[in-house]
Amino acid sequence: MKYTPHSQGEIEAMLQTIGLESLDQLFDDIPREILDQCRLPDRPGMTEPRLRAHLRELAGENLSADDAPCFLGGGCSDAFIPAAVGELLAREEFYTAYTPYQPELSQGILQSIFEYQTYICRLTGLDIANASLYDGGSALASACAIAAEGTKKKTILLPETVHPDYAQIVKTYASSGIMNVQTVPAKNGATDPDALTAALSDQVAAVVIPQPNYFGCLEPAAEMIAAVRQNSAALVIMQVDPVSLALLKSPGEYGADIAVGDAQPLGSPMSYGGPHVGFMAVTQKLMRKIPGRLIGETTDADGNRAFVLTLQAREQHIRREKANSNICSNEALNALAASIYLTVVGPVGFRQAAERSHRLALYAREQFELRGMPLLYNRPFFREFVVGSDTPEEWIEATIDLWHKRYTGEDEALNAKKITFPDTTGGIPVEGGVLLAFTEKRTPEEIDQLVDVMDDAREAIQ
Amino acid sequence: MKLLFEKDVPGSNAFRFPMDDLPPATENIPHDQLRSTPVDLPELSEVEAVRHFVELSHRAFGVDDGTYALGSCTMKYSPKVNQWAAQLPGFADIHPNCVQPGADHLMCELQEMLADLTGMDAFTLQPAAGAHGELTGMMIIHAYLRDQGQNDRKVVLIPDSAHGTNPASAVMAGFTVRVVKSGPDGLVDLDDLAAKCGPDVAGLMLTNPNTLGLFEKNILEISRLVHDCGGLLYYDGANLNAIVGVARPGDMGFDVVHVNLHKTFSTPHGGGGPGAGPVGVKEFLRPYLPYPTIRRGEDGQIVFDADEEKSIGKVKSFFGNFGVCLKAYAYIKSVGYEGLKNAAQLAVLNANYLRCRLSEYFDIPFNTLCKHEFVASNLRQAPSGVRTLDIAKRLIDFKYHPPTIYFPMIVHEAMMFEPTETESKSRLDALAEAMKQIAREAETTPELVQGAPHNTVIGRPDETKAARNPVLSYKKPAQ
Amino acid sequence: MNIPENLRYTSTHEWVRFDGSQAFVGITDYAQSNLGDIVFVELPEIGAHLEVAAEAGTIESVKAVSPIYSPAAGNVVRTNAELESAPEKVNADPYESWFFVLEVSDPHAADSLLDAEAYRKICE
Repeated sequence: MKYTPHSQGEIEAMLQTIGLESLDQLFDDIPREILDQCRLPDRPGMTEPRLRAHLRELAGENLSADDAPCFLGGGCSDAFIPAAVGELLAREEFYTAYTPYQPELSQGILQSIFEYQTYICRLTGLDIANASLYDGGSALASACAIAAEGTKKKTILLPETVHPDYAQIVKTYASSGIMNVQTVPAKNGATDPDALTAALSDQVAAVVIPQPNYFGCLEPAAEMIAAVRQNSAALVIMQVDPVSLALLKSPGEYGADIAVGDAQPLGSPMSYGGPHVGFMAVTQKLMRKIPGRLIGETTDADGNRAFVLTLQAREQHIRREKANSNICSNEALNALAASIYLTVVGPVGFRQAAERSHRLALYAREQFELRGMPLLYNRPFFREFVVGSDTPEEWIEATIDLWHKRYTGEDEALNAKKITFPDTTGGIPVEGGVLLAFTEKRTPEEIDQLVDVMDDAREAIQ
Repeated sequence: MKLLFEKDVPGSNAFRFPMDDLPPATENIPHDQLRSTPVDLPELSEVEAVRHFVELSHRAFGVDDGTYALGSCTMKYSPKVNQWAAQLPGFADIHPNCVQPGADHLMCELQEMLADLTGMDAFTLQPAAGAHGELTGMMIIHAYLRDQGQNDRKVVLIPDSAHGTNPASAVMAGFTVRVVKSGPDGLVDLDDLAAKCGPDVAGLMLTNPNTLGLFEKNILEISRLVHDCGGLLYYDGANLNAIVGVARPGDMGFDVVHVNLHKTFSTPHGGGGPGAGPVGVKEFLRPYLPYPTIRRGEDGQIVFDADEEKSIGKVKSFFGNFGVCLKAYAYIKSVGYEGLKNAAQLAVLNANYLRCRLSEYFDIPFNTLCKHEFVASNLRQAPSGVRTLDIAKRLIDFKYHPPTIYFPMIVHEAMMFEPTETESKSRLDALAEAMKQIAREAETTPELVQGAPHNTVIGRPDETKAARNPVLSYKKPAQ
Repeated sequence: MNIPENLRYTSTHEWVRFDGSQAFVGITDYAQSNLGDIVFVELPEIGAHLEVAAEAGTIESVKAVSPIYSPAAGNVVRTNAELESAPEKVNADPYESWFFVLEVSDPHAADSLLDAEAYRKICE
């Protein structure tokens, strides 16, 4: 297949206009020895029917959330996506456009991002939101970086309850020397406020509060922020699950300075971990520190409402080596998905998504405890928790095994998939247990099945 | 047009999740951790929500709407089969904490193909965009030099024609920037480069072809100068589409590259993202790649390595923008390596053809064989007071997306055209005719050009007002 | 272009008005007209010590950003907070829109700066 529209006659006419005789001459400015070295293996193209068969085959080897109920969370959520979201995102005007550099031609894209910014402000309770960052982890790292730059201090206090990938991304960004990461120990699944107080000093740029944290537990956020305010001038960065904000106190209500997170659960499919969408919101005071694109409202000469990219002097294309971030492409289409999602589900649906997840998790805890499988941490949670186990890997493996015997045994297509550990039904192994997630897509029956299987699997490995 | 927040009709949104199957349960969240007031979301019925976003789409312009010669952005056609593939549940609805053999195979093969095409030895798919790839690549160089005990190499050389992301990325990775001048031919000034090479140099970041669309034909000399002083060579793959299948950065002496899948490999730009910026390295830098790395084991099985010892760590959760990678994979499989070469040839043909057509009416500062893009200016229109901005805005009236303007900064009043290989000759002829008419208007009725655009939903917005009094979210007017 | 005779100048387009040991610093008419509509200024911190030609703050227009340099060594004793909320004053009246006041340590600091005539030549 090819996607170039030229006929041979057109190519010849165009070469003639340029004054060349062959396409090869177009590359006469490249040294011969470099051209000669470019000997590629033979890889012929494919017709669309063959390509589709091949892609379908690859997709078929994967275990999707359609194949078995997904109890995996940990920063990627098997969330329900209303049909209207995919339908609208498939409009070419959205997905084949680029960054709205020409506002007269791009009011639709600009307005959609302005609306997304407004949604993020309302969810987080903060004043200013940007047009999106790559994902939750890189958004957290960027928040730490601007805190270090803004406070002219270097220490970032990072609880050990932060998502391990997120923590690693922050440490990677810190390797340049712009910040030092200091880990704050946890006690019973959440940050130990005494340990936090002990770690605070006038050298601290920011304190990170994951809410809920990687183990699903709610952090003592109010107590932690009080300790920060009392003992330092550090900024407070809350890293939040956007769906939880339908129920939980917002970063703004807590008095945080920066909120970050991943808006994937709002309308973006899991896609094996990306593209997702990082969001960031800050207080008015930090408006000029926020990285990435910002859309602002203004008017044209006739007084019509208009939207433009604004405060661009912060950004790399103007400030170059002095910019506070290098970001250019972001995750605009996923941000648009979040906007469409929130509009389609509306205030009642959004709250129901959170409530349903939370109540399913409460129900699951009850069932696990009834069967003698207590949670590792006795703390309030939103929709994820850890069931205690000394041998989580073995337990998960046995669970997957049993699940398939019991529920997919008859399904030849599923059995044909060579699913290896860990599986969607088995949870994620963590220190001291198995991390499970309950999204609004789950049902009490699926949870009963999971609890049954995990109970039997536990006996099988004993 | 109203914002969706201004279309709020309480009671009109009927979307519901099932709640009747939930057994009663005891709340476990303390009252003081709960929200005091519900999130203020607008209520729209489904039909009104759909119409709102469809109306927004009517106020946008994509590649499928027409020629989008936005220089440096490679706005080529995105094949529809890629979109089809991304919707398959076996790609869209898969969780990254579950081993997914088909997806792993795809990522591994994509890495192998990118290595073939760039002449590098190992790849990571983790970076989410070109600039993210630059940051990753510069962190790899930083980690390598530190490992070699070369902590004094703090300076990254960057040509004055480079994208702003280059200096910003270098600084984020812990380096300082030393700017290398361009010569009168628009290429890196070799004398200036030689003078700026030294024992403090960590490396050079280079876009080739450069942002003027010119191939740095002295690349082997550039490579020798930088390597001789102990620095590494970083290839900004923003313009790889001009040479893919024809020449490889690995053969030019580059040690690290990033590629923009949303440029060279046809994945759609999404109104600003998502993209993907895989990074490739030569063998000696493999240990520094972000983990986990993916490779094919001896028996053909896919192996994930999480060797954290020398790795820079992670720059993104999970494996990167898989959903973007799979579209690039589908594209490469679809056209094959010969098809990629054909695309590069025709991208260069299109750019040179348009350059020749426009040079009759517009100043082309470096009017010589270019690669996939070229830079024009308003020099011939300036006497009548017509600026590059005016020409770009007038082009909108002819239903074209304007070129990139005021970049690169080394050309006064630059307009950078990149037609891409998916524009036909007749499309380019029509664009050239439109430009010809604008050139004529600039002479006869300059105010017509200066007042453009005339046929859009808004006139030129007041950007000064937007920046002086930033309004960055909607606030309900006081009752 | 307005270049008042009673002021001193730098080659980087700052103007300086001496008042005893204090120096008022702003940007010239030439600088503001080249930058275009100024949308934001970032001022130095009061008490900060600045060396000659040190970056004292930044000036943003819609599509550009440029630094303002200290014309002499000294400590910042006052800043013009009014410009933070009304940066357009720099465009409207550049010579009344001082950015900061330096307590200058070198009594001969003015001698190394340009006079109006020398500065006019730079702008030509």
